Amino acid sequence: MSDHLDAMRNFVNAMNQGSPHAIALKMETISLDADGATLRVPYDEKLIGDPDTGVIAGGVVTALLDHACGQAVHTGLTEFKTIATLDLRIDYMRPAEPGKDIFAKAHCYKVTRSVAFVRAVAYDVDPSDPVAAAQAAFMLDSSGGRGFGANLKDRKPK
Amino acid sequence: MSDPAESVDAMLARIPYARFLGLRIELAGDEMTAILPFGQHLIGNPVLPAIHGGVLGAFMEMTAMAQLLVKEGQARQPRVIDVSIEYLRSGRPLTTYARAEIKKVGRRIANVHVEAWQDQRAAPIAALRGHFLVTPTERA
Repeated sequence: MSDHLDAMRNFVNAMNQGSPHAIALKMETISLDADGATLRVPYDEKLIGDPDTGVIAGGVVTALLDHACGQAVHTGLTEFKTIATLDLRIDYMRPAEPGKDIFAKAHCYKVTRSVAFVRAVAYDVDPSDPVAAAQAAFMLDSSGGRGFGANLKDRKPK
Repeated sequence: MSDPAESVDAMLARIPYARFLGLRIELAGDEMTAILPFGQHLIGNPVLPAIHGGVLGAFMEMTAMAQLLVKEGQARQPRVIDVSIEYLRSGRPLTTYARAEIKKVGRRIANVHVEAWQDQRAAPIAALRGHFLVTPTERA
């Protein structure tokens, strides 16, 4: 099991370093264990959503939660599968405190043959006082044989 | 009455995150389209490549907020209460468009639906339904 987690730690780091949006947000996985994944986005003025207060944009929290949920799914699987977000529901409980880094802690609580279910919270200081909470569903084996560069080809007309 | 196109441009220009994404708003009368030109920094999955799901969610959230500003006028930026995002197709490395429909505006809460698409309007790539805390201008 620990071998699997070690492999997953390498994988999620590659997932962060290979994802231009994760790089742009300076996203980092700070812990990964059987319980799930915890990620951080450092506070950055370019990510401010409300210029009157300096609060980070809700969209940053959305992207962080989506990313964290995806990594929690990989942690919950026993072998690598391609995954895609089907549905992401987020409750925004309070604004994040300006100047503070944002964390997201995600836990995959159920895996079926085709779908994985995940819960996550985003917080600045204390996970029990969350900024936002998310519930997500992911499709497994989502690539359907579409591989490298699949999105560069023309889509068939509807 | 202030020009909605000017006030929405002014709102976006003040938001660093909107500049970070590269979001633009176009108005044709009272019909608003949000435009997200493709940029490398928006990619989540480098293999396909695909736009990050969080980016699409964020883009549709901003579309809903801009639509509330354009249609209702807002004394303060609307606050997101909750969103439910449905991912329908992978976001390809293309310009993404979105339009929002305000389903209801009450005294405090607005319900907004948003749909995002790329090269085919009839084949949306994602949809969002959300509730927003609003402050209409007349009560400010």
